[in-house]
Amino acid sequence: MFRLTKSGVSGICKNRLFWKKPSRRESSLSDFEIQQRTEKIIKYTPPPMALYGGRHAVTLIPGGGVGPECLGYVREVFKVIGAPVDFEVVEVGPLVDNVDLSDALTSIRRNCVGIKGHIPTHSDDVSAKLKNVAFRNDLDLYVYVLCFKSYAGVRARQKDVDIVIVRQNLEGEYSMLEHGVDTWMVENLKIHTRTNSLRVARFAFDYARKNKRKRVTTVHKANIMKLVDGLFLSVNKEVAKEYPEIEHDDMIIDNCCMQLVARPQQFDVLLTPNLYGNVVTGVVCGVIGGAGLYSGRNYGEHYAVFEPAIRSGASPIAGKNIANPVAMLNASVDLLFHLGHREYAKRIERAIVKTLVEDKIHTADLGGTATSQDVVRNVIDLCLA
Amino acid sequence: ASTRTVGSRLYSSEIKKCTIIPGDGIGPEISAAVQKIFAAAKVPIEWESVDVTPVRGPDGKFGIPPAAIESVNRNKVGLKGPLMTPVGKGHRSLNLALRKEFNLYANVRPCRSLEGYKTLYDHVDVVTIRENTEGEYSGIEHEIVDGVVQSIKLITEDASRRVAEFAFQYTKENNRRKVTAVHKANIMRMSDGLFLRCCREMAEKYPDVKFEEKYLDTVCLNMVQDPTQYDVLVMPNLYGDILSDMCAGLVGGLGLTPSGNIGLNGALFESVHGTAPDIAGKDLANPTALLLSAVMMLRYLNLNKHANIIEQACFDTIKEAKYLTGDLGGTAKCSEFTNQICEKIAAAI
Repeated sequence: MFRLTKSGVSGICKNRLFWKKPSRRESSLSDFEIQQRTEKIIKYTPPPMALYGGRHAVTLIPGGGVGPECLGYVREVFKVIGAPVDFEVVEVGPLVDNVDLSDALTSIRRNCVGIKGHIPTHSDDVSAKLKNVAFRNDLDLYVYVLCFKSYAGVRARQKDVDIVIVRQNLEGEYSMLEHGVDTWMVENLKIHTRTNSLRVARFAFDYARKNKRKRVTTVHKANIMKLVDGLFLSVNKEVAKEYPEIEHDDMIIDNCCMQLVARPQQFDVLLTPNLYGNVVTGVVCGVIGGAGLYSGRNYGEHYAVFEPAIRSGASPIAGKNIANPVAMLNASVDLLFHLGHREYAKRIERAIVKTLVEDKIHTADLGGTATSQDVVRNVIDLCLA
Repeated sequence: ASTRTVGSRLYSSEIKKCTIIPGDGIGPEISAAVQKIFAAAKVPIEWESVDVTPVRGPDGKFGIPPAAIESVNRNKVGLKGPLMTPVGKGHRSLNLALRKEFNLYANVRPCRSLEGYKTLYDHVDVVTIRENTEGEYSGIEHEIVDGVVQSIKLITEDASRRVAEFAFQYTKENNRRKVTAVHKANIMRMSDGLFLRCCREMAEKYPDVKFEEKYLDTVCLNMVQDPTQYDVLVMPNLYGDILSDMCAGLVGGLGLTPSGNIGLNGALFESVHGTAPDIAGKDLANPTALLLSAVMMLRYLNLNKHANIIEQACFDTIKEAKYLTGDLGGTAKCSEFTNQICEKIAAAI
């Protein structure tokens, strides 16, 4: 029906000529004149080369706080470099009627890939499940991977840090199963299952093997919580035996935090349950430059969702053009790598590194004075160069 | 820093009996060092040494020997060295058992930067107050079905209220400005919500102390970037464990951090580092942590004059940096370090 020829797309649609290359006389007219005077003749600007069947549809969930503006920047960058990604925008609000959440879930199930900001939850009901947590549970996104690599030249307490945190994303303390005896005593259940621990451990070791990492450290508190963290630890040790080329050791969470503050360069891959992963992420982020720089990837069996590493909306700085857009841009780079568009991903990645390290355009959280748009503009300029 | 004393008043001419639990590994040598320093400072304390190695009770379960329990109940104040806890199996943690036994409901850990020992963080002055009896460390665990295990986190209003009151009292007595409650009430809405409610109620009773609530990951992130923004932190058990160790890491590690456990009718001060079995018996250990905990104990007993002398001697020795043990980057032996402090005390008296 449509044929790709040297002069552009030509073809017949419903027996009407669709496009025609303008003659020389017609091309001396202005664009406006061409548009208004001649119906059938359109100004000839070839569109970017769309891979036939190679455009991906990706769900985009703006969420709250700085999410919408940062995702806006991502769309701008993608448009400029012509990345073959179409975004399907699904708004999810903070109220706990889960209609918009199920729309978002349907969209992700259809597209299999998503990128999101932080979904806030405002509810007075104590037993209401957090929308972010419900999101992960329903899509069975069982593991959260965060790659922390220091950027040289960014203000930070520690340098040359290269840590990957593989964090269990579903259960543990985030099971949100609570009940109270009257108002004066509350019990909260922390659940660990063998299946989930096994999945996460396998993922971690596979990831380490694929990315040529040498050592996986399990973070736990099995001296106090003998059964629960003991299960996690024993499953990890079991899986470690199947990967003899990768060293495996374990460390208690409080010792781990202390070591991360003093000497984070000693760690390679950290494999953690849910809450400890949250704490360790916060510590590592703080030590190498802040919440605005890194992104995380949620992986499930079928789905992948990308977001900034620190899951908070940062509402106080929303809309003021001072938020650091690098986190969301890094999430978009992860997205492109996942989809297989390596060239586009590398282009944006190189632009980000150059902006931070050489051009040193830093927003307020890194101690600089640039606005978000300055950073984005620089990234775009470098991408086009 | 002083903490509220409960029980009888202490007169300075009276000799007070204190229990000392040397512990395992390097415990005995650092306890001996502390006793030597106290003797040099002529502190009116008589030490009663007990051993808490678990013994099999009449019901077959392992527990703390009754002699130890009687001793601490009688003296009401104790100093403890490091104890060993095996991972994953064996008897329950002895530290936990001691806390349960003596109803020690609050753990206070002041983390202050030491002059003379430089870390990446300067001017750290944070006190972490952690609820000590319940929370995630209740030890209630079950295997529900094969492959699914659960642990129960218990939060009660009584315990939360007690520790909140202690936190505000401590802040007021030590002229500190701000109390921050650390929680994860977005995830654990009911349990941490109850804890927060108790903190808020207490905050209303102390209007001149500033109060704020922060999420755990936010506190971790900010603490590591700028520790000066926090003053006193109060939190449930697990978060307290993680944060207090992290703050200790900011000032130089567990080898330099004192710690006190306050109970309803007594207190137990301890060093929180491990037993360091690799350097046990070789006279290489650093007694600073146990010494500073002992100084906290003196302040608790209102023996402030002696506390100040000993603390100043210890800080001066570290500041001079001539006799530092291995973990602080020096080559001195434990005994040399101790002797230096004794000399300074003798000069001060």
